[in-house]
Amino acid sequence: MLLHSSTRRKGVTRALSIGVGVVAIALLATACSSGGSPGTSSSGDKNYKITFLPKNLGNAYFDTSDKGGAAAIKSFGGTYSEVGPATATADAQVSYINTLTQQGVGAIVLSANDPTALGSSLTQAKSAGVKIVTFDSDTDPKYRDVFVNQATAEGIAKVEVDSITKLIGDTGEIAILSAAANATNQNAWIDLMKKDLAANHPNVKLDAVVYGNDDDQTSFDKTAALLQTYPNLKGIVSPTTVGVAAAARYLSTSAFKGKVQLTGLGTPNQMRSYVKDGTVTGFALWNPEDLGYLAAFTAKALVDGTITGKTGDTFTAGKLGKFTVGDKATVLLGDPFVFNKDNIDKFNF
Amino acid sequence: MTVVQTPASAIIRGVRAFFGARETGILAALILVIAVTTMVNPTFLFSPDGFRDLLLTPSILVLIAVGQAMVIITRSVDLSVGSVVGLTAYLTGRLFIDVHGIPIILVFVAGILAGAVLGLVNGALVAFGKVPALVITLGTLYAYRGINVLWTGSNRVNASDMPADFLALGTNQLLFIPYLTIIALIVVLIAAWYLRNRRGGRELYAIGSDPAAAQLYGLKVTQRVLVAFIVSGALAGLAGVLFAARYGTSSSQTGTGLELQAVGAAVIGGVAIFGGSGTVYGAAIGAVLLLTINRALPILGIPDFWQQAVVGALILGAIVLDRILALRLSRKLIAKREVSHE
Repeated sequence: MLLHSSTRRKGVTRALSIGVGVVAIALLATACSSGGSPGTSSSGDKNYKITFLPKNLGNAYFDTSDKGGAAAIKSFGGTYSEVGPATATADAQVSYINTLTQQGVGAIVLSANDPTALGSSLTQAKSAGVKIVTFDSDTDPKYRDVFVNQATAEGIAKVEVDSITKLIGDTGEIAILSAAANATNQNAWIDLMKKDLAANHPNVKLDAVVYGNDDDQTSFDKTAALLQTYPNLKGIVSPTTVGVAAAARYLSTSAFKGKVQLTGLGTPNQMRSYVKDGTVTGFALWNPEDLGYLAAFTAKALVDGTITGKTGDTFTAGKLGKFTVGDKATVLLGDPFVFNKDNIDKFNF
Repeated sequence: MTVVQTPASAIIRGVRAFFGARETGILAALILVIAVTTMVNPTFLFSPDGFRDLLLTPSILVLIAVGQAMVIITRSVDLSVGSVVGLTAYLTGRLFIDVHGIPIILVFVAGILAGAVLGLVNGALVAFGKVPALVITLGTLYAYRGINVLWTGSNRVNASDMPADFLALGTNQLLFIPYLTIIALIVVLIAAWYLRNRRGGRELYAIGSDPAAAQLYGLKVTQRVLVAFIVSGALAGLAGVLFAARYGTSSSQTGTGLELQAVGAAVIGGVAIFGGSGTVYGAAIGAVLLLTINRALPILGIPDFWQQAVVGALILGAIVLDRILALRLSRKLIAKREVSHE
């Protein structure tokens, strides 16, 4: 499910159609539009009017990322605002982009609902001098200046392997609960995890990879089957939000609670109960607040002219430090963030 | 026919009826699956989790299969139940989020009522519109799912949104028997008693055997069919509430595909797809068999990719076997009739 990074088109369509991934809690409870920093608008002749355009408003994931963006923009004295459609449909963002172009904002920071549908309006915006930063989910590279990528396959595979091997003391049997058997991103992560396990963790044995199809019930039943089939199982990795929550739900009321370790990619809201009741010690995902923060500073760097999107350009993003523009004008946020008992209550998405 | 009623002959008759019943074959298959799997891996039955899951996992499907059986017996089918489960599961979560401190019993009532209303829509369209149920409920399957997607969007109800007492209902047990199983059992017993003993129940069979004859005979066909759909919807609504309790989550895709499992369970359990025969016991055992096979296959070491194919083959096998038994029985009955006519 979490696949925005490399498989863009597929990622967007799947996120739309299955609609899980990084999800929201309250459809209506949104802290939307134009927060901004009162009084501090521009500094010098730079146009620091930066507008966030999430896939849709009222989505807790984007509420979190845009909060990070607002904080960043406030810190360098720009003007933050947020606009967006109510539903995440492919062409819903077009009119917003056109309006923002007419208003002459300095930069648009968006999570694209479609890799191509926004093409012509983004091209117009760019030719009017508006800088385009995509985050979370990219458009075709030719339509934007820079994409802020939340995670790479390598980073995800590494954090998963590191977490589970640490939890089980680097020895014993583990299993993987994946999404669909043909999910490109999942299979890429699993391959990398297998390589890492073989190379660096000789005492850890991967018993099985099972597929829960990102369905609550299937993932739940597959977890039960794993635990019965492999009585010596010490850990389960589920690199999909639906899978890890379903596995946690099963474990939380099972005799294996606390005996079998679980980790994976999850969202704080889905995992909160299970972290609090001790079923799960930690799980990973990127921190959307940092993602928004970095995207805002990327926009600033583009406005400043510090970077142009060329490979090797570098800029500083406030508290996050120094970043370098990589291939295809992409900036990588860094290693995934690990959520645990101590920090989970700071997040609501 | 005058048979002297002695206790012995009553027992023999009972035993004979038991072994002659279509449900018995399915029950035997179920026991075989459990026995073989337990031999391969004793924890399948003899561990707290194994025993609990054996009873708990099929409970939700049993509820839906009972409703489905009642509808199929009237020569209809209700394909919308999966979508009804999805809607009521999300409704359950929404109620806990939006109405602070709402009593759990009220959520159950709301779920069942919502399901009944959705069932009423199906029933009304089928009974008054005189359109085949297959078409109507295929339509409402998508319509209800559409409403669910529109309402839920990319939202999801999470375990932390629902009270712990409610979630405990989905997994806890009363003397080794999970609550969900007790609820399912009560529903099965009531439905079976009604279908067997009450006029309304018998009329469902009559309608399914020959709708035209039932109409001519003056049975309240419209009303009975309507009630069957309402019951099916209400049970799907109850299943939706229980789904939220058991899995602790619901999204816009909750319950997808359950309708086919429910029809499969009913058919495996000996409910004739063209109506008029079968029992809810059969449908319930069919549901348990279907999900127990599902759980047994990974333990028996069947690779993930083959499991669905194996389930499909078993469904076909069950139906073929059932058909052979039914043909043999009908030949026997014809032979008997000819003998008695001589």
